[in-house]
Amino acid sequence: MGQIKLNQVTKSFGDVNVIPPLDLTIEDGEFTVFVGPSGCGKSTLLRLIAGLEDISSGQIQIDGQDATNVPPAKRGLAMVFQSYALYPHMSVRKNIAFPMKMAGIDEAEQNRRIESAAKALNLTDYLDRRPGQLSGGQRQRVAIGRAIVREPAAFLFDEPLSNLDAALRVGMRLEISELHKRLKTTMIYVTHDQVEAMTMADKIVVLRAGNIEQVGSPLDLYHNPRNEFVAGFIGSPKMNLVTGAEAQKHGATTVGIRPEHIDVSTTEGTWKGRVGVAEHLGSDTFLHIHDTGLADLVTVRINGDIQVSHGDDIYLTPQLDKLHKFGADGLRIN
Amino acid sequence: MATQHSRSAARLMMAPAVILLLGWMLVPLIMTLTFSFKKYLPLRGGDLGWVGFENYTRFVTSSAFWPSVVATLAIVGGVLVITIGFGILLAILLNQPMWGQGIVRILVIAPFFVMPTVSALVWKNMFMDPTNGLLSHLWRFFGAEPVSWLSEASMTSIVMIVSWQWLPFATLILLTAIQSLDSEQLEAAEMDGAPTFKRFLYITLPHLSRAITIVLLIQTIFLLAIFAEIFVTTGGAFGTRTLTYLIFQRVLEAQNVGLGSAGGVYAIILANIVAIFLMRIVGKNLDA
Ligand SMILES: Nc1ncnc2c1ncn2[C@@H]1O[C@H](COP(=O)(O)OP(=O)(O)O)[C@@H](O)[C@H]1O
Ligand SMILES: [Mg+2]
Repeated sequence: MGQIKLNQVTKSFGDVNVIPPLDLTIEDGEFTVFVGPSGCGKSTLLRLIAGLEDISSGQIQIDGQDATNVPPAKRGLAMVFQSYALYPHMSVRKNIAFPMKMAGIDEAEQNRRIESAAKALNLTDYLDRRPGQLSGGQRQRVAIGRAIVREPAAFLFDEPLSNLDAALRVGMRLEISELHKRLKTTMIYVTHDQVEAMTMADKIVVLRAGNIEQVGSPLDLYHNPRNEFVAGFIGSPKMNLVTGAEAQKHGATTVGIRPEHIDVSTTEGTWKGRVGVAEHLGSDTFLHIHDTGLADLVTVRINGDIQVSHGDDIYLTPQLDKLHKFGADGLRIN
Repeated sequence: MATQHSRSAARLMMAPAVILLLGWMLVPLIMTLTFSFKKYLPLRGGDLGWVGFENYTRFVTSSAFWPSVVATLAIVGGVLVITIGFGILLAILLNQPMWGQGIVRILVIAPFFVMPTVSALVWKNMFMDPTNGLLSHLWRFFGAEPVSWLSEASMTSIVMIVSWQWLPFATLILLTAIQSLDSEQLEAAEMDGAPTFKRFLYITLPHLSRAITIVLLIQTIFLLAIFAEIFVTTGGAFGTRTLTYLIFQRVLEAQNVGLGSAGGVYAIILANIVAIFLMRIVGKNLDA
C-alpha cells in the first residue's frame, strides 16, 4: 500500500514562502512525476513527504493515516538522493544491508534480499566493492538497491539521473520504469527534465513557484495544457507561442502551435519566413524560422528531411485544429 | 632540452636550504651521539674520555627510567583520549547553527595561542592552588575538603593542563572534517531508520576517522616532548617525571651531559617505536 495525500500543505523558510497551500493525492501504485523549472520547490515538496523537512501547516496522510508528525524512518518511504548519498566507508553489500540492519531484520533474510536486489540490478559482481570504486550508473543502482530492500510503501526519487551522461540516463530511465512495472509500488519522481516526465510518468504534476499548474497523464498535458506555462514546458521542441494581431484573429491573447503541427512549403502558406538553423536528427528535422513577424523564432518539426538552405524563404501553415488558445489570464480557452 | 639545465640550476638554488636543514638536524644528532659515549661532566672535570656503552646501561638501570617511560606514555595516552573525545563532542556542537557562532569558535581556539609556560602557571596558581585556587573555592562551596591538585593528583592535573592546551587543535581539525560531511548521507541514514546515536556511530565517526588519525599522529609527536608544563608545576615530582624531564635533570641538574645524551638517544628510539606502532594501527586509515 502507498497512497499519499497532501491537504493544504505549506512550507516557508523564514519569510520565504516556498510552497503555498497545496492539495495533491498520489494513488497507490502510481508513478507520479513532479516536474518544473529549477528552484520551483520540487525537492522541498519531496522532502516534506519524506519527513526530512517539517511542514509549516497542513496535513500529510500516508495510507489514510495522519503522518504529519511521524519521523522519516517511521513513514515507510525510501528515498534515492541526487548525490546517491551512499555510505563511502561501507561495501556495496553493507550499504544495501544498512536499512535492514537498522530495522533488526535477521541475517539470513538480509542476505536473501541483498542477493535478489543485486541480481535484479546487475550488482552481484560488485557487492564487495566500495562506492568509490563504482561508476555513476552502478552507484545509482546501489542507491536504488538500498531503497528496494526496505520494501517501502513508496519510493521517492530526487533527480536521480541528473549526474549521469545522456546514454546512461536513457538506460536507467528504462530500468526504473521496468522496476515500477515489476514492483507496482508507488513512486514519486522529481525531475526538471520534461522528457523524463513524459516517458516515465503515469501522472505528471507540473509545478511553478510551488504552485501546481496542472496534474494529468503525459498525453493529457500534451494535448490539453491548462495554461500557457504548461503548454510551453511540456513538449520538445517547445510549443510556439504567438501573441498580438495573429492571436486576436483566433479570438485569443496568445495562441500556441506545436512544431509538429505546422506544415511547410517553399511556395505557399499562411506565414512567410526565412530559414535559420536546421537541426538534422535523421528521423526528424527541426527548422528554426526567422522573420515571420509572429515571434522571434518559430520552430518547425519535419518528418524526415527537407531540402532548404540557410536564408531561403519558406512558408508555414499551422494545422488549425491543433491550435491552442489562451486568454489574457494565461488560461486555456476552449 | 632546458629540463636538464633547469634541473641542475634548481639543485643549486635549493642547496643552501638543504644544507642548512641537514646541518640543523645532523649537528645536534651527531653531538648527542658523541656525548653519549663519553664521560662528560662540565663542572666536575669536563671531558673525561670515552666510556663505551656505560652511559646507556646506567641510564636504563637507574630506578627512575621505567617510571619515566610509564609517566610519558600515561600523559600522552591520557591527553589523546581526552582531546579526541571532547574534540569530537565540541566539533559536533560547534557545527550546529547557533547564535554567536563566530565568537564561540574563536573562544574555543584561544587556548592554543597561550604559551605552555603561561597556561601551566595560570592553572597552577589560579585554578589548582590548594588555598586560593578557583577549584578549591568550588570544593569548599560544596563543603568538600580542597584537593592539593599538583601533589595529590599530580598526573591528573598535568593531563588536564595539557589537554586544555591541545583541545583546540583537535577540535579545529575535527570541525573542518565534520563540515565536509555530506548532509544527504545523514538524511539517507535517517530515512534508513538510524536514530541519532547510530547515525553518529555508522556515518559521522567513520567519516572522521582520517581526521582522528591526523590528530593522533601530530599530537603524539608533540606530546612526547612536553616539558614546560611539568617544569613550572610539579618540577618532575609526584610521579610526573617524563623521559624528557629525566633527561633534563641528568644534563642540567646533575650536570652529566654524557648520561643525558644517552637518555636522548633512548627518547629518539621510544618516539620511533610509538610512531611505527601508530602508523601500523592507523596507517590503513590514511591510504584508504
Ligand atoms: N533550507 C532552505 N532554506 C531556505 N531556502 C530554501 C531551503 N531549501 C530550499 N530553499 C528555497 O526553496 C526554493 C525551492 O527549492 P528546491 O525545492 O530545492 O527547488 P527544486 O528542487 O525545484 O530545484 C528555492 O528558491 C530555494 O532557494
Ligand atoms: Mg532539487
